[in-house]
Amino acid sequence: MSDELLKPDELIANIEPAPPRKGWMDTPINIRKGMYCYASNHKSVASLDLPNARPWNPLEDDWKLPENWKDIIFNGFRERLDKFRSFKVFMDICVRCGACADKCHFFIGSGDPKNMPVLRAELLRSIYRNDFTTAGKVFGKMVGAREMTMDVLKEWWYYLFQCTECRRCSVFCPYGIDTAEITIMGRELLNLLGLNIDWIATPIANCNRTGNHLGIQPHAFKDMLDFFVEDIEEITGITVEPQYNKKGADILFITPSGDVFADPGTYTCMGYMLYFHFLKEKYGLDVTWSTYASEGGNFGLFTSHEMMKRLNSKMYAEAKRLGVKWILGGECGHMWRVINQYMDTMNGPTDFMEEPVSPITGTKFENAKSTKMVHIAEFTADLIKHGKLDLDKSRNDHLKVTFHDSCNPARAMGMLDEPRYVINNVCNHFYEMPSNTIREQTFCCGSGAGLNAGENLELRMMGGLPRANAVKHVHEKYGVNTLSCVCAIDRAALPPLMEYWVPEVEVNGLHEMVANALIIPGENERTTDLRGEPLAGMEGDDVE
Amino acid sequence: MKNYLLSLIAVIVLALIAYVGAEAATWPQYVFGIIIPYLAMTIFIMGTIRKILGWARSPVPFRIPSTCGQQKSLPWIKQSKIDNPFTFFGVIVRMVLEVFLFRSLFRNTKCKMSKGGKIFFDLEKWLWVGAIVFHWSFLVVLLRHLRFFTNPVPGCIQFLEQVDGFIQIGLPGIFLSGFALVAGAVFLLVRRIVIPQVRYISLASDYFPLFLIIGIALTGILMRYFTKVDIVGAKEILMGLVTFHPSISANINGIFYVHLFLVSILLVYIPFSKLMHMGGIFFSPTRNLANNSRAVRHINPWNYPVKVHTYDEYEDDYREKMIEAGLPVEKE
Repeated sequence: MSDELLKPDELIANIEPAPPRKGWMDTPINIRKGMYCYASNHKSVASLDLPNARPWNPLEDDWKLPENWKDIIFNGFRERLDKFRSFKVFMDICVRCGACADKCHFFIGSGDPKNMPVLRAELLRSIYRNDFTTAGKVFGKMVGAREMTMDVLKEWWYYLFQCTECRRCSVFCPYGIDTAEITIMGRELLNLLGLNIDWIATPIANCNRTGNHLGIQPHAFKDMLDFFVEDIEEITGITVEPQYNKKGADILFITPSGDVFADPGTYTCMGYMLYFHFLKEKYGLDVTWSTYASEGGNFGLFTSHEMMKRLNSKMYAEAKRLGVKWILGGECGHMWRVINQYMDTMNGPTDFMEEPVSPITGTKFENAKSTKMVHIAEFTADLIKHGKLDLDKSRNDHLKVTFHDSCNPARAMGMLDEPRYVINNVCNHFYEMPSNTIREQTFCCGSGAGLNAGENLELRMMGGLPRANAVKHVHEKYGVNTLSCVCAIDRAALPPLMEYWVPEVEVNGLHEMVANALIIPGENERTTDLRGEPLAGMEGDDVE
Repeated sequence: MKNYLLSLIAVIVLALIAYVGAEAATWPQYVFGIIIPYLAMTIFIMGTIRKILGWARSPVPFRIPSTCGQQKSLPWIKQSKIDNPFTFFGVIVRMVLEVFLFRSLFRNTKCKMSKGGKIFFDLEKWLWVGAIVFHWSFLVVLLRHLRFFTNPVPGCIQFLEQVDGFIQIGLPGIFLSGFALVAGAVFLLVRRIVIPQVRYISLASDYFPLFLIIGIALTGILMRYFTKVDIVGAKEILMGLVTFHPSISANINGIFYVHLFLVSILLVYIPFSKLMHMGGIFFSPTRNLANNSRAVRHINPWNYPVKVHTYDEYEDDYREKMIEAGLPVEKE
């Protein structure tokens, strides 16, 4: 963690208690270190043929924009108003009741009034009123209209990349105004001028070329999973044999590359591999991984609808090429927003696949019959319900678990009880966080929507404060030591957040715990979990 | 100048114009009693239709409901049918609860932090209570006014009056809704001024309709209980308006014209302002769509082909490495 980062108590002391005296339109933008992500790398932007690829620096006055940038924004704005009813309606109907204000984790953690969802949206609405409404043209500032300027544009960039598109505000808004939708449109507009952040621009460039955000080439992807094969063998004595790009497999499995790449997501990845091995040995389930569609996540969602579609297209293309029956999706947050709310519309129809049926239980996944993609937690919950998994819950007894609902599966899908059912069947000690911080009211990790960079750590720690606070509560009350989740970004973002706010809590994935508990024919007696940590009662034994 | 003072002054000036005008001579009564109401009604209807058609013209390319409960998935997992609807019927129930009971606002919480940095969430129902009182009393007042526009007065309106006026202290009987409307509007106004965050986000255009509605309600109360407006004369004017035989009445005083003028202003204001939220809620894609886009394909009318990096291009980039790693390829 960077040395310059404030201490937790300093960060709390820094929360602005009240808005400034001056009105928000008169408060100039101050791009502060630790709060913003580096500018997009021009090579990444250029490789995708996105506009205005050039080196630029947000701290410099000159952002190197095309001369007609105001026209580009104006026309882009109008185009999106005409294409998205959501945008048009959300620009018009906010009454500024303020119910959304203290629902945003960034506002709670910073006190910066421009992090109130309502004001984040007003940054765009003020321009909308000025350019597209009669009242705005006649009455100007009185009705909240203002002209587009360079300062306004900088304000957009700064605050639209301080929103994680978590949708918590939209749960509380009496009109369902969704700041995520507004942020998405705002970021699309910024991308018309080449104003992205690099933590998004380079992953999407990678994903386009190599099939995953991390830029892992096919042979390296296989190498990485081969490492896990060795680790799994060491821990369980079982040799798993993952299949790649296999034509004619029953099921294509797609999960975020983050879990292939970095701890602690890697343990979830090992969990998948062990789990698929079990299902293959016992039930003959034929699952293949793909190196071409080796990314479940989709940072295109954080760039533009078009970019989202470009990256997402690989899933169906690969399913078609391999001739699989349906697709199984791993644990990821925004990936499931894309699959649930966009994929079939963008890249369907999927008549080359079959309506998904579990070959083991015969369960038809009616809720996924068109998109033909099933969430692994749905799949696993069904197997457990039918008694198809041999589980030894006590192998997770060293874990006192709480569950973090990831924003998108919660508020853009509603997958709440499936993971809980699985957790309750694979471990004995499960404790919920307070009700205002879970399920549809869950708090963001603070690093979603492409903000999981290193240079904006202060922003991430303040944004993650409400989540960490709830974890701290169950840590102190029940001795919780494990924060489980179904999201690869969470598994990357929550460990530093825990280290900062609640250092005694580790982060894991649902299927890491499934694999811990799974009794596999022919395995050695397990003395450690997938991390090599001793199981409860095995602490004294010599693991080696 | 403070936003709210600006709005208050605007409403006072408008009221004075109507009052002075109507008291000074007869001809302005034609302006405030006939011309402006017709003009206002025309602008209101045309403006509202224009706005709604404008929203309707933009398509809904994606199915983006905010899911506020368990999805429909496996048959043995209990779905939250209202907060995460899968069917059109579920959406109807969700919308009805949203429109009539402000279900989302009912969830409202208040975030507090202790000195030790511990965060709490208290239930905060006051905004919901204030909003319910304000909107429902407004609706009752509006419906009650139909007695001035109908002859004979329908039974349901008479019944509503009876319920609304169940408290009888002297004559005329008290209509609860009118006072509730003032109370609700004043609550929303005070909240807007007193809570620092809400004051910070409030525009002059947020205060203006509140002052306007308070002005309308107060002039109404003034006429009914204090200046005792000539109801027969008032009804003559209003019936004349709706039957397109407009006339004015000699026995009607200035307060009535203030009331009518402020209502006219409100009508004109609605289509050009946030007050369109009453129509907009029906168009909100996060509330009025079922979360079933994995089961039923949602169509985007402007879906267009995009540039993709195909498998063949990918294999061309990495064929050698793939073969070396033992990965299957299409072209050896």
